[in-house]
Amino acid sequence: MLEVQNLSMRFGGLLAVDGVSLDVKEREIVSIIGPNGAGKTTVFNCMSGFYKPSGGKILFEGQEVQGKPDYKISRLGMVRTFQHVRLFNNMTVVENLLVAQHRHLNTNLIAGLLKTPDYRERERKSLDRAAYWLERVGLMDLANREAGNLAYGQQRRLEIARCMVTEPKLLMLDEPAAGLNPAETKDLNQLIVSLKEDYCVSVVLIEHDMSLVMDISDRINVINQGRPLASGTPEEIRQNKDVIKAYLGEA
Amino acid sequence: MAANTLKHALFCAVVTLVIAYPILGLNLEAEGINVTLAGADTSTVISVIAAAIVVFLFQLFRENILSALKSIPSPLPKTQKEPMAENKRARIESWVLTGIVILALFWPFFVSRGSVDLATLVLIYIMLALGLNVVVGLAGLLDLGYVAFYAVGAYTFALLSQYAGVSFWVALPIGACLAALFGFTLGFPVLRLRGDYLAIVTLGFGEIIRILLNNWTALTGGPNGVGGIPDPTLFGMEFGRRVKEEGNVSFHETFGIAYSGEHKVIFLYLIALVLAVFTALVIRRFMRMPVGRSWEALREDEIAARSLGLSRTAVKLSAFTIGAFFAGFAGTVFASKQGFISPESFVFLESAIILAIVVLGGMGSQIGVVLAAIAVTILPELAREFSEYRMLIFGAAMVLMMIWRPQGLMPVRRIHIPLRKQE
Repeated sequence: MLEVQNLSMRFGGLLAVDGVSLDVKEREIVSIIGPNGAGKTTVFNCMSGFYKPSGGKILFEGQEVQGKPDYKISRLGMVRTFQHVRLFNNMTVVENLLVAQHRHLNTNLIAGLLKTPDYRERERKSLDRAAYWLERVGLMDLANREAGNLAYGQQRRLEIARCMVTEPKLLMLDEPAAGLNPAETKDLNQLIVSLKEDYCVSVVLIEHDMSLVMDISDRINVINQGRPLASGTPEEIRQNKDVIKAYLGEA
Repeated sequence: MAANTLKHALFCAVVTLVIAYPILGLNLEAEGINVTLAGADTSTVISVIAAAIVVFLFQLFRENILSALKSIPSPLPKTQKEPMAENKRARIESWVLTGIVILALFWPFFVSRGSVDLATLVLIYIMLALGLNVVVGLAGLLDLGYVAFYAVGAYTFALLSQYAGVSFWVALPIGACLAALFGFTLGFPVLRLRGDYLAIVTLGFGEIIRILLNNWTALTGGPNGVGGIPDPTLFGMEFGRRVKEEGNVSFHETFGIAYSGEHKVIFLYLIALVLAVFTALVIRRFMRMPVGRSWEALREDEIAARSLGLSRTAVKLSAFTIGAFFAGFAGTVFASKQGFISPESFVFLESAIILAIVVLGGMGSQIGVVLAAIAVTILPELAREFSEYRMLIFGAAMVLMMIWRPQGLMPVRRIHIPLRKQE
């Protein structure tokens, strides 16, 4: 479904990502792990179109997407979350979800002014979709609160819901468990698995919480200093000498 | 602490003296061809010194005074009452607003010509501020050259009528669309800009339009402006004493009533009212539509908006275009009301005032913006008694407003969207 081949990203003299390859099949959770500053988020930024990669190819469903503008990539069905929650803070929770469904709505100005049947129909559908996902992540009662007033854990869940209402095929989560307490992390764990099982979404995950990564990943890619270090099933990674060395330092 | 306050208070008093004495206390007097500097009379000197003492005392006891002010209970006590149910509140609100509009329809028949004229100006500013509210309040794009689109609307009508004899009703959509086109054109070069940089480019754009109008003498008449702009007609009926255009009839003769100059003023007021209500309703609808939400999303977080598939180009251009469209409306009405326009009506100060209206009203809030437009237009008129001090009073009111209510007169209230429970 998603294939990243030999991706590299150079910032001036710094080669932040060098020859990283990645491959995600349908209904699969693939994690990217690595020490701080390893280039994980840079890989994400290249994949989601925020950066134009200096080299390599990114194929999404057989189509080359590297260097395409971010909003086009997102419309293809690759949607991401951010390391630091990026909600529309002064808008309500529902409005956050409605903005995300922009491409599903009838955005014709005249149709909207006249409230044509097609416009109403699509508006109603996206409201239902928003309601469904709010129910799913347990934020239904807060639907008309401003997103900035939610607790941190709720904001995290809202961000995932906001991605899901776009009906993506591939979800890219950048440290979704950062700042969550153990109970919330467990909920998140179940949510991500259910996204894969029930909604047929592939997930690419960057995460530092090893228990979460080992629990839910089908495969793991390890990056160190911009270069791929290892890849394989959680079990293989756990045994891998290089990975242990990179994480724990030379023994 | 006390020493610090004393020092601060003294400093403020000295600054007051230094600024106030030369401005108020020294007069230039012309004696023949010589200009002499005359000292002030005693009363002025005394009042300057009194002002300095007031400043000194206020700064000295500032803490006490401010805390005393806070302890005064606010006129609208925020009791622990349950907030009204959303749908009920919305219904009451729409009834009240409809009532106000109906009152506004009949109001001009009972008041003086001068007040109707002023009210027309207020309505023009309401249109402008509602339009700028889209760009600044909703989309978060600081536009300091908004008056350019107002000028485009006004000059479109003025020039079309001068060269092609086009009437108000034909010029109205043309002016608005041409202004929108200018908004669209300005949108392109500033797509990548944000904040301060955007403000400077739009400022430049506003000046370019004004200077162009000022210097393209062959077409626009330059600083002399364009005069003889026709008044709007009502189904071919003119409001003048005599019919100017072939084929038209005059209003007072058709209805067999005595001629009165007031008819025209009231008619213009009603046109402005209808257009202002139209502007408010259309923008209100936009705010509840995908396009309005995407403007706000762009203001809140551009990166997140893009990651969700919103195209920055489309969102920014739509905000600029729609904002400019309504400025074009206002411009056409303005040209018709004045009968004469010159580049002097479209200076930077106008942009600043419209922006001040939006900020004072509460960014993004329509009711707030309307209230602020009324206040900002009428206040200087009320303060006319104080002649040269009126701008001072106006400025002081703005400063106080920003200190005590930085969120604006009526901060924006989020739209409540009811959801159906999903099974």
